[in-house]
Order: sequence, then structure tokens, then C-alpha cells
Amino acid sequence: MAKTALQFQHNGRDVAIFVDGGTNLLVALRELIGDMTPKFGCGQGGCGTCSVLIDGELHLSCLTLAETVAGRSVETLDGIKDGPNLHPLQRAFADNFAAQCGYCTPGMLMAAKALLDRNPQPSRAEVVEAISGNICRCTGYEPIINAVLAASSGGRARA
Amino acid sequence: MLELRKDIFADERDDNLKEIGKGTQRQDMLGHVTGTSPYFDDHKLQGMLHLKVVRSAHAHARLRRIDTSEAERSQGVRRVIRASDVPRNLNTLLSLINFGKDDEPSLAVDKVRYKGEPIVAIVADSPREAYEAIAKVKIDYEVLPAVFDVEDALKPGAPVVNEVYPKNTFTYHETYDRQQLRFGDADRALATADHVLEQRYQMSPIEHAPTETNGSIAAPDTNGRYIVYTSTQALFFSVDTCAKILDVPSNTFHFIGGTVGGGFGGKVDTLTEPLCILGAMLTGRPVRYVFGREEEMQYGPPRGAERIYIKDGVMHDGRVVARKVRAYFDSGAYTRLSSYAAVKCAAHLPGPYTIPNVHGDVYCVFTNRTPATAMRGFGVTAMDFAIECQMDKLAHLVGMDPMEFRILNAYRDGDMKAHRREAKNTALIECVQVAAEKAKWPLREDFKRMSSRKDGGGARAAVTPTPRETHAPTPAPSQQRTTYDRAPAASREPPPPPPQPTPPSPPRPSAPSHGATRFSSVFGTRRR
Repeated sequence: MAKTALQFQHNGRDVAIFVDGGTNLLVALRELIGDMTPKFGCGQGGCGTCSVLIDGELHLSCLTLAETVAGRSVETLDGIKDGPNLHPLQRAFADNFAAQCGYCTPGMLMAAKALLDRNPQPSRAEVVEAISGNICRCTGYEPIINAVLAASSGGRARA
Repeated sequence: MLELRKDIFADERDDNLKEIGKGTQRQDMLGHVTGTSPYFDDHKLQGMLHLKVVRSAHAHARLRRIDTSEAERSQGVRRVIRASDVPRNLNTLLSLINFGKDDEPSLAVDKVRYKGEPIVAIVADSPREAYEAIAKVKIDYEVLPAVFDVEDALKPGAPVVNEVYPKNTFTYHETYDRQQLRFGDADRALATADHVLEQRYQMSPIEHAPTETNGSIAAPDTNGRYIVYTSTQALFFSVDTCAKILDVPSNTFHFIGGTVGGGFGGKVDTLTEPLCILGAMLTGRPVRYVFGREEEMQYGPPRGAERIYIKDGVMHDGRVVARKVRAYFDSGAYTRLSSYAAVKCAAHLPGPYTIPNVHGDVYCVFTNRTPATAMRGFGVTAMDFAIECQMDKLAHLVGMDPMEFRILNAYRDGDMKAHRREAKNTALIECVQVAAEKAKWPLREDFKRMSSRKDGGGARAAVTPTPRETHAPTPAPSQQRTTYDRAPAASREPPPPPPQPTPPSPPRPSAPSHGATRFSSVFGTRRR
């Protein structure tokens, strides 16, 4: 099968891969780049665990054709730490028990980051809306909502 | 003599285990928030192949002919695995504790018993090529009548789901078609009760729907061993099950797991590992077998549905004097763990209440549905739901407050439970009192003063004689009468206090000896 050359930015770094026609971004990231942080949950856009940011906007990588990210910037959970230091959202998730099995966590964190990047002081309702495309089967959503609020500038101001 | 310098490490642990009341981080939390926790599917191995299975299109059918010739020639196919390739193609999960007969093949042999049962496995270079080959497998089915209802399955002439259990019920102790509990004389007590309430409760199968689907990756290791990355919730159980099915010593495997993307009971069935390892054995390459979401939802085992009939006798003063339960646990086409669920179901009767006459029949029934498995208190959860709905209805029937009704009937220390064990360390009364307080639910003073530690035992420890039964099976009525619509007849008079303790308590029946069978290895069991 003919392969297509594809270049894009992965967490701020230029990468180049060859993809089969029809390859989705999730498979490209996991199998060709080796970034295992986005997870496969359903392959149908129903669970949100494969969520990544493309040019800062939240997308489901399982429903995104890899070829469509050519020349664009893709950000995954693997890229949000600052060296060894956790991102404030990661710290807040850990502190608020916002992960149990951990499988939905990468997608949740990316959805939360997309929200805080455009709205640093969201209301509770806005947090609920922002993670409404992400399914968690373990903890329930309360600790996750609390964690996002704690990481928001409002939450940090209160702390 | 050399001595280890223990002083270097002396301050490493203080043996202070006082954690209650403090926030303590989970040990896997940092892995979770950084996305580095190692789920089985995060292992990318050189030359990895992909296994997919051909699933039955029918709920019950004889397999006349399976033609894989075209699939074998399909692009990228490395190996087609047939039932005859599986070394021991018949197993039941609990055979590891000597409980039940082998009843389930890894790949169907002559018959399929539920829609989606695996028939052929295909190992190919890519998932896509495996799927393409699957579409080329031709199966000639002879469709058989199927049964999907637990009570229909027990009727004479019902289709036999699994020839290992020709009556469509699991066989306990090689003799009994049910778990049976008899305590006192429920029929006589029902005949003299002020009210009788019969109800039918029907649960649905529930899919665990973990965000990570079931799956595993098996790879040939050095020394002829196999490394297996797996989503299993029951790692050593899976090791032993694979050793049995593949007919090799269990130390052939190095299982790596423990990071499970949600299980809830749905990852204890060793669903993927045996075929995955077999694929690695037959191709000499790493093999990955992962359920897609549709497979997980459609063919992954759910919580078994239960149908529960409860018939209670209750007096005007609120005392439940008899409870008769008939429950059917829908095991689906194979046993898996449902036989054990039915034991738990029976062991849970009649709920945390002191009822002097209890009669319970719990069946583990085979139907042509997807095999059921463990899920969060299976066997108990559904029974509790039915019992507690029933308690609300009974309270309504006699005009009592539902909280006070539960306190009145709650077991207390020293009471005799229906299983002929003394109730100890009971706390239902206190639980209800605290729940009422938190909910600002008014309780009358005498109910606030009741205690699990007081007024138990004595007459409440008595064992009423149970009449002998003929062993002819009693046909189940198809539709039971319900009396829920009957208007409440009782007054709001406080009920009389429960019988006072009368020390010394009567001698208790000697406890039955434990016959627990301990599993020691795949190759044998020992009794202790």
C-alpha cells in the first residue's frame, strides 16, 4: 500500500513519518511516533480518552485522519510537563484523587487544558461542559471537576 | 562473617502505619497523571502480529462446515487457528478450585451456544488484514432453537444449551440443580400471616464498559517461555487457566499486568490470553489480541441478569414472619463464575433481618445469552435490590415507616440466622439510625433507643423445625400473584418490643465442618 510522508509538530518537536492511507492520528501517535499517552477506548469518538490538542484545539485523535495534521502542531499529555515538573493540572489531578484506573486521565487532562488555555477562570458549569465528551467509569466526575477548578487561576488564588 | 551495614538503611522505614485520617497519594497516581502507567497495550513489540476471531452469527447453531481455505490465502495472514489447534479445548474457570465441570471451549467445536462465540482465530500482520481474512471464512450453520429466558430454559422440552449440563442448570455437589435454603416452616407461617406480598424482580445484564477493552499481548521469550502483557484483573488465575488450556507448566508464562484500565469484574474471565499465547506459540512472533469496543460491549461478559420472586408474610405489627425466595441467575451459555454467584445469592438470604421462617431456591441457569461473569458484588447486589424494594413495599403495606420497619426486623447479636449461624457484630440498626439522622428523617424515640447489642438471642435464636420435603421438583408458576396494591391495613401503633433475651441461650447446632478445597496447582487440588 502506498504510504504518504507526513510532517508535523509533536509536542513542539518536528516529526516526520510515513502513513498508510486511512491511518488515524491515534494509531500514528502510538505506533509510529511511540507516544503512548493518548489511549484507545472506542475508536468511535464516544469516550474521549484519545483526546489531543491540534493547534491548541481539542480533537479526538481516533477520528482524525493522520494526514490532516500535516504542518500543524499536535500536543498530547506527554508534552504538558515542564521537564520533571508536573503541569498545574497534573498536580491538581493527583491532589484531588481525580484518577482511579487512570485510563481516561490523559484525555481528561487534555480536555481540561484546552479549557484553561482559553478560559483560565472557568465556572463549575464550564468545567462540566468542557469534559462532557470524556467518559470516566471509575471515580465519577466530581473529583475531576474539583481538580480542574483547583488548577484554574481562581482555584490557585484561593489556595 | 560479613555483616550487612543495616545502620545505613535504618531510617528508611519507621513502621508507622497510621494512615487513617490523612490524605495519602495512590502509588500509581503519578503514572496516571503523566500518562506513563503501563497498560498492556502500551507495549510495542518488534514484528508484532494481530489476532482477531471469527464470531458466531447465531445464538444457537450446529457447525456443519468451516471453510478457511480462502482466509488462509488472504494477504498478510500468518496463521489460521482452529478448535483442533487448542491443546485442551474445554475448560471452566472455577475448575482451578475443583468447582464445576469443564463446559466451555476456547474455539467452538461442533456447536455455538451464544451469538458472538469465537469459532476461528486469525493471526495476521495488521488488524486490517486480520479483519479482511475473517470476512473470507465461510461457516455453514444449522440454526437450532434458542432459549433466552431463565424460566423457559427450565421447562420440559426446552433446547439444551450445553450438553455438559443437559437440564440447563448448574449441578452442585454432582447432585443438586439449585442452592437451597430451608429454615423453619415458611409455608405454614405464610398461611397464618396477616399479609402476604409476592413480587417479581427482573434485573438486566450490565456491561462493565471499561474504558480500556479486554486484551493481551503475548511474546516468545528466551528459554521457551512467553511474556504476556494483559489487562486481566486476576493475574495468577489467568496464568493457571492458560497453563491448563495450553497444556504446559504454568512457569512457561511470565505474566505482566496489574495496570488495568477499568475492570469492575469484567476482566477476570481470561478472555484473550489463551488464544493470544497460542498465536505466539504457533507463529513464533509477538501476538496482540485486543477487543474492539463493539466486541467489548456485545460479547464481553456482562453482569448476569437475575429473576427473583419474593413472597413474604408480615404481621400487622410489622414483623416479617416468613420469606420465600426463588431466584434464577442467568449464566448465559457457559458457567464462568455464575455458579459461585448463585451460592453467594443463597448465602445472602434473607438479607440482614431476623426472619424465623425462610425458604430459598436459587438456580444457576444456562441460556443462549452471552456468558455472564463477575461484577461488583454479583449474586448479592441484585438480591439486595429485590429484598430492599420488598422491605419498602412491606412497610407501606402495614403502614409503617420504612426506616423503623427495618430497625424492627433487623438482626441483632445472638439471633439465629437462616443459615444456622449466630449473628455476631451486627450493626444494621445503628446504620439505619445514623442514616436517618443524616437525612433528618424522624424516628420515634423507642426506635432511636434500639440497639443491635440489646434484645437479641433468646427466642430469636430458636430454630423452628423444618418439615421434610419430597424431592419431586415443584413446577414454577408462570406468573405469580402480587398483592402490592392492597391498601395498608395496619394502624400506626408502635409495635411490641421484640422478645426479651432468655439466658442461657439454647445450644447451637454444631457448625458444619469445612470442606474447603484449596487450589494448589493446575495439576491437582488438595483438601484441607
